[in-house]
Amino acid sequence: MNNFTYSKASTVQDAVNRVQQGPEAKFVAGGTNLIDLMKYHVITTDALIDVNHVEGYHAIEARGEGGIRLGAFMTNAKTAYHPIIEQQYPLLSRAILAGASAQIRNMATNGGNLLQRTRCYYFYDVNTPCNKREPGSGCSAIGGYNRIMAILGASESCIAVFPSDMCVALAALEAKVNISGPHGDRSLAFTDFHRLPGNTPDIDNNLSHGEIITSIDLPSKGFSDNYSYLKLRDRNSYAFALVSVATALELEDGIVRESRIALGGVAHKPWRSAEGEAFLQGKEATKENFTRVAEIILTGAAGYQYNSFKIELAKRAIVRNCMMALNPETQLPGAQPSR
Amino acid sequence: MAILSIVNQNSCEEEFSLREVPLKINGKLVNLQLRPWVSLLDALREYAGLTGTKKGCDHGQCGACTVLCDGERILSCLTLAVMKEDAEITTIEGVGTENELHPLQKAFIAHDAFQCGYCTPGQICSAIGMLNEGKAQNREDVKELMSGNLCRCGANSNIIDAIMEVKNETI
Amino acid sequence: MSLTASIGQPISRLEGNLKVTGAAKYSGDYNVAGLLYGHVINSTITKGKIAQISTVKAKALPGVIQVFTHENRPSLAWFNQMYADMDAPPGSPFRPLYDGEIRYNGQPIGLVVAETFELARYAATLVEVLYENETFSTNLEENVADAHTPALGLATMLKPPPPKPTGDFETAFAESFAQVTADYSHGTEHHNPLELFATTTIYEGDGKLTIYDKTQGTVNSQLYVGNVFGLKYKDVRVISPFVGGAFGSGLRPQYQLFMSVMASLELKRSVRVTLDRSQMFTFGHRPPTLQSTRFGADKDGKITAMNHSAIAETSRFEDYTEVVVNWSHMLYPAPNTLMEYKLVNLDVYSPLDMRSPGGSTGLHAIESTMDELAYKLNIDPLQLRLINYSDRDESLDRPYSSKELKQCFLQGAEKFGWANRNPEPGSMRNGNKLIGHGMATGIWEANHLPAKAEMIITKEGKLKVNSAVTDIGTGTMTIMAQIAADEFGLSVEDVVFSYGDSKKPFAPIQGGSFTTSTVGSAIKAAGKALRKKLLKKAGLMDNSAFRGVPISEVIFDNGYIILKNDPEVSVSLRDIILANKGKEIKTNNLSVPNVFKLKKYSRAAHSAVFVEVEVDQELGVVNVTRALTVVAAGRIINPKTARSQILGGMVWSISKALREETIVDHGLGKYMNQNLGEYHIPVHADIHDLDVIFVEENDTIINELGTKGVGEIGLVGMPPAIANAIYHATGKRINQFPIHFDSLL
Repeated sequence: MNNFTYSKASTVQDAVNRVQQGPEAKFVAGGTNLIDLMKYHVITTDALIDVNHVEGYHAIEARGEGGIRLGAFMTNAKTAYHPIIEQQYPLLSRAILAGASAQIRNMATNGGNLLQRTRCYYFYDVNTPCNKREPGSGCSAIGGYNRIMAILGASESCIAVFPSDMCVALAALEAKVNISGPHGDRSLAFTDFHRLPGNTPDIDNNLSHGEIITSIDLPSKGFSDNYSYLKLRDRNSYAFALVSVATALELEDGIVRESRIALGGVAHKPWRSAEGEAFLQGKEATKENFTRVAEIILTGAAGYQYNSFKIELAKRAIVRNCMMALNPETQLPGAQPSR
Repeated sequence: MAILSIVNQNSCEEEFSLREVPLKINGKLVNLQLRPWVSLLDALREYAGLTGTKKGCDHGQCGACTVLCDGERILSCLTLAVMKEDAEITTIEGVGTENELHPLQKAFIAHDAFQCGYCTPGQICSAIGMLNEGKAQNREDVKELMSGNLCRCGANSNIIDAIMEVKNETI
Repeated sequence: MSLTASIGQPISRLEGNLKVTGAAKYSGDYNVAGLLYGHVINSTITKGKIAQISTVKAKALPGVIQVFTHENRPSLAWFNQMYADMDAPPGSPFRPLYDGEIRYNGQPIGLVVAETFELARYAATLVEVLYENETFSTNLEENVADAHTPALGLATMLKPPPPKPTGDFETAFAESFAQVTADYSHGTEHHNPLELFATTTIYEGDGKLTIYDKTQGTVNSQLYVGNVFGLKYKDVRVISPFVGGAFGSGLRPQYQLFMSVMASLELKRSVRVTLDRSQMFTFGHRPPTLQSTRFGADKDGKITAMNHSAIAETSRFEDYTEVVVNWSHMLYPAPNTLMEYKLVNLDVYSPLDMRSPGGSTGLHAIESTMDELAYKLNIDPLQLRLINYSDRDESLDRPYSSKELKQCFLQGAEKFGWANRNPEPGSMRNGNKLIGHGMATGIWEANHLPAKAEMIITKEGKLKVNSAVTDIGTGTMTIMAQIAADEFGLSVEDVVFSYGDSKKPFAPIQGGSFTTSTVGSAIKAAGKALRKKLLKKAGLMDNSAFRGVPISEVIFDNGYIILKNDPEVSVSLRDIILANKGKEIKTNNLSVPNVFKLKKYSRAAHSAVFVEVEVDQELGVVNVTRALTVVAAGRIINPKTARSQILGGMVWSISKALREETIVDHGLGKYMNQNLGEYHIPVHADIHDLDVIFVEENDTIINELGTKGVGEIGLVGMPPAIANAIYHATGKRINQFPIHFDSLL
């Protein structure tokens, strides 16, 4: 991870200009994933542009049309513990706090969280074939140890999963990603931000080189009455999800008016199912209905040698998390299954 | 405090040249000659001579390198020293005073909250950060919020006992 | 003003202050002016040859001093046994950079030495290697047909082969009233102490080296360096004052020691080599093991027949063994037994003792088989152990020197509330959590090796004690000071215990739960000799009341020698020193176990473990909500540090049963989770209510201290107790460790 220049950007425009210097130039904010990958020689760069000192993107502000705007350079911890997030968007708070560790959440930024790379073992090991790291080299995970890999939306090129927890909640909350770049500003719906692997698994998302995430908008609806985040993993904390679920329900007299169910740890992006959510609309909030939704969401899921359990696990996790959303106060630290 | 290992000036190309990185460590301003790719952890250990902060993985997966940056706990292995210019860094050497240990340090000794001691500086810095955050209500919260600090000796329950004692005293 | 004895007191660790302030220095913490940094290059293939290795680009970087490979390494000892350390298994030890042959994935093949750590790490990426690949095999299950009986060697002394068969197992098993047959599977594990392996070699200039090495044996490293590099032992000083955990990984000199010393000698500079976390997976590990058991019992629960077989992995170059199958007959007096242990050579590095080696593997099979047998017989699992209880070790036909296991069972059952358990699987629950209670027995041999200790009464009348032994976090330093203090009726504050230095009197490698007995006995021997010497010196003083007084007639207390019959008559140690012309008085003694006495007895620590688990009925998630380990390990020198040792073993048990595993991709022949993010050791959130009881156990045979050691006993019984509790909660027997929660869906 040597031989790069380091500079601090003072404005977004300055940052965007600086990153044009070369195709290998990179922004750094929290650095928790980028510096890690640089140490493993998975990512190399010739220029690091530090955006932490760009002012104006470190806070939460209310938007005129309702909803709020999360600064991209604000840390995950500050976001999760912000009173507005805790009170109006507790699902987001819960999801953030289920990820990584307190130290990493103090460093990692909201923009950076969206740009995490997969935790696939083979992606991290530069001595094994990996289409995501080295297009055309092959996928070692398909015939390898694939316990942590995808069951939905995978391709013959890549079965890696996207590791974020925060993004699972953002997908459920239908956030919007605001981007600045050499050709001006634009916004993407959250579900359009990350990509499925297809034939180009090396491209994680629809951000182009030179573009930077400046903020994330949340619509006014925060589902603060009925929400839950559940994370299932190989230890109780500080591990990536095998399956996670964000559930947000709007209920009226026990009837589901609106539902959002997003899965993490199962696909190349946070996974939502329009069919599943549509099914639930107008139905009673019962275990039976949640069980049927789970079946719909997992339609088309396919496992590999070591991860087929994720299909049944995801179904059960959806049911449990929907039940937990009926009583959000029963949630446990670390998004563990409640008693 | 000794400033060590100033690298041979000839050994680098101009554009990656050494730069003076002012770091405020434990209340003292230290000017280190560093290249951009030196992590804060290595800057502390190899350039500032502060070896109390430990390297257990160098990849943000163990918590041994935890230091306080402007009062918040962070992993010094996952940040570059140049990114922390002018920040207030507190390492284990800056915890407590010359004459008196910090209450957490005392509690760690009393509860036998370490065996080999290698994770201890990180555990203590992390616990200070956690208590500053004020988000832990009970033992289960403390366990979750301290889970970024691994202990391979298995002193976990003693570590949490020590932290709970200090937490309960400071309420 | 007699002082309370230190032994038995829960004294806080004497080095505690250094550890909580960051002042404790580990082997990678020694910074000296002009220090060079080495970064190791590892093979990226599993088997074959290096066809070409080019270091030109790396060497061209300003600040890179040298790149060592097998092509330019200095000439080294040619005889492979010169590389054999105290813990070397039978075979031919691995020799770093010896030739271009690749024997396993991750094998060290080069060393970059540069002026900074960052530069060395970067330059290592510029070394170009061309390999010739050969076919390899790393899969134990696919190669069991190649299993062979292990070669015997020196290591066999502490690791005896399986006991000979007794009676007629096959017939007895076939005729037994109740039978259980089961298979068990364990994967690879890596020690992963939190401290990275590091060696800082200080080049002293006059042919002498001072080496700060992460090791469990300073003398072991010293002899290795002397033998491999042809140096005089006296010119090699290995220091290891603080060791950031080891758990067996430091029992053998690891390759960073070799690399650091080689570079230092060649470059005539001080050199540090620190391994990174992924390189921590490129030397020893706990081997994967496949076991099968067949136990038969009569209708009253008496076990009549036991068969325990194990097949384990080893490397192609050494026959590493563990004691896996010897334990069941040490615990249960079945008349018909058949124990078998075999190895399969694979393209991996040699396995290496890892906390409770063999015991934590074998006892899982034995104690889960016992649990299954209890269910078959409809007998309470604890009752089944009591039915088959014996004070004798039938495998060697001799009594135990002491065995308070029954007390462990009784006190443990009482405290845990075992009687409240409904034996029906799946019958206990709390909301959507199934609750399971499981128990198991633990056993670990109590060994004792020869060691030396030096004791000195200083000019100030204080006691100095010296030993080469390390303290890997076990509390050795504190308890040795306690043992020494009691020899003279001093308080621990008046004792300075210096350790972790090969220049000090010999101690064997630290491990196997034998350190307290071994070094403690040496200290007692030195204490005895020094007391005699002091009394003699006291007798030589002018008008001494101690002239000709036998040692049995005096006591040593708080810095004085006092006449037993007339406590008014005393002489201070300081006055004795003064009369000795102000010169300190010392002894250096070797303590050797009394093998003639000891061989009449089996010697072991025992434990009873009770565990409560909660299993999420729908999601399978397991939590060990409550666990109690009751230990009979002879005399406990320091209940505080000993408790921590057991707690550590209990956390390791949770890890072994539910968390840690090295993931192997056999197609690539390599470990895939060489990091702490994916090699899951428990986090704080995984650890709930853990409790420890030490029962009284008075052992007058084992050694003068009556100690058995507590380093391993915490990890042998609890993994099966967890598995048994999971069965009780769910009705599912998962005999593969770690138990993934999804296997309980």
